[in-house]
Amino acid sequence: MYKIAVLGDKDSILGFRALGLDVFSADGPEQARPVLHRLAKEGYAIIYLTEQLAAGLSGEIARYKDELTPAIILIPGKEGSLGIGMANIKTAVERAVGADIL
Amino acid sequence: MPSTTINPTRMELTRLKGQLKTAQRGHKLLKDKRDELMKQFMDVVRENRALRARVEQALMRAHGSFTVASALMSPEMLEQSLMYPKQSVELDMTFENVMSVNVPEYHFRTQNDDQSQIYPYGFAQTSGELDDAVSELSGVFQDMLKLARIEKTSQLLAEEIEKTRRRVNALEYVKIPQMQSSIKYITMKLDENERANTIRLMKVKDMILKDALEEKRAATAQAAAASN
Repeated sequence: MYKIAVLGDKDSILGFRALGLDVFSADGPEQARPVLHRLAKEGYAIIYLTEQLAAGLSGEIARYKDELTPAIILIPGKEGSLGIGMANIKTAVERAVGADIL
Repeated sequence: MPSTTINPTRMELTRLKGQLKTAQRGHKLLKDKRDELMKQFMDVVRENRALRARVEQALMRAHGSFTVASALMSPEMLEQSLMYPKQSVELDMTFENVMSVNVPEYHFRTQNDDQSQIYPYGFAQTSGELDDAVSELSGVFQDMLKLARIEKTSQLLAEEIEKTRRRVNALEYVKIPQMQSSIKYITMKLDENERANTIRLMKVKDMILKDALEEKRAATAQAAAASN
């Protein structure tokens, strides 16, 4: 049985607790880094990560990108979307095709 | 020119020809695989973009309601309301094989299916915006799971396409031309040897003929001298 985690700043993730997801709060990338690694090890299949934290954790995210689990999915935090999630799709296209064709 | 030294032997030639045949076959297969992967990838990426836009919008709406709720309620109260969720989610993961790439497929089951039963708090002391936020989140949750699957799929496919593309290019522009030039080199070398051999034989034959002729001539001369 796999689990779903939400990692982000406290105000952004509180609502997900009502859905029955496991929420973990972190105030900055420094705090989030060990948590992210721990979650990846503990059998979380999906980790929703706020873009605000993801901005400082790009190396860690790239590490898990090619692995089957966990799927790290960026979601906008309460400050709004930073466009990192959309940019990632673009990067994936560039990686596969060699140019951005969309 | 072949970059490495190769033995210009028939055995080497046969080996290289076999290798070339395999490489060409592999190249064709990989090319087909790349094209098909690309087709699937484009579909997935388009869906990914649309889904992400939808999820981000819905989450922003939920965050908006949440911000209002947190302004109206004290932080302690807010946290207390959401402390013990009524809802819980069980996630199961299987794998689907898309062109030899394993992509995850999520199946989830919520404990509480009744939409009105998801609020883990009494309505008396909480603000209405909190209800909005929670219901918005629970509405977008399905899409979020779908997004997780699609985004992971697109990442894994992108990786596989990159790998396949590199292999196709390496075969097409490095391996196959290299083998072809090696084969050409060996063939030419063997032909050259063949010609050298023929010439040598002709030369030897000439020499033997010349010797024989001279011998015969000497014999006739001797015979003539004897008869005189």
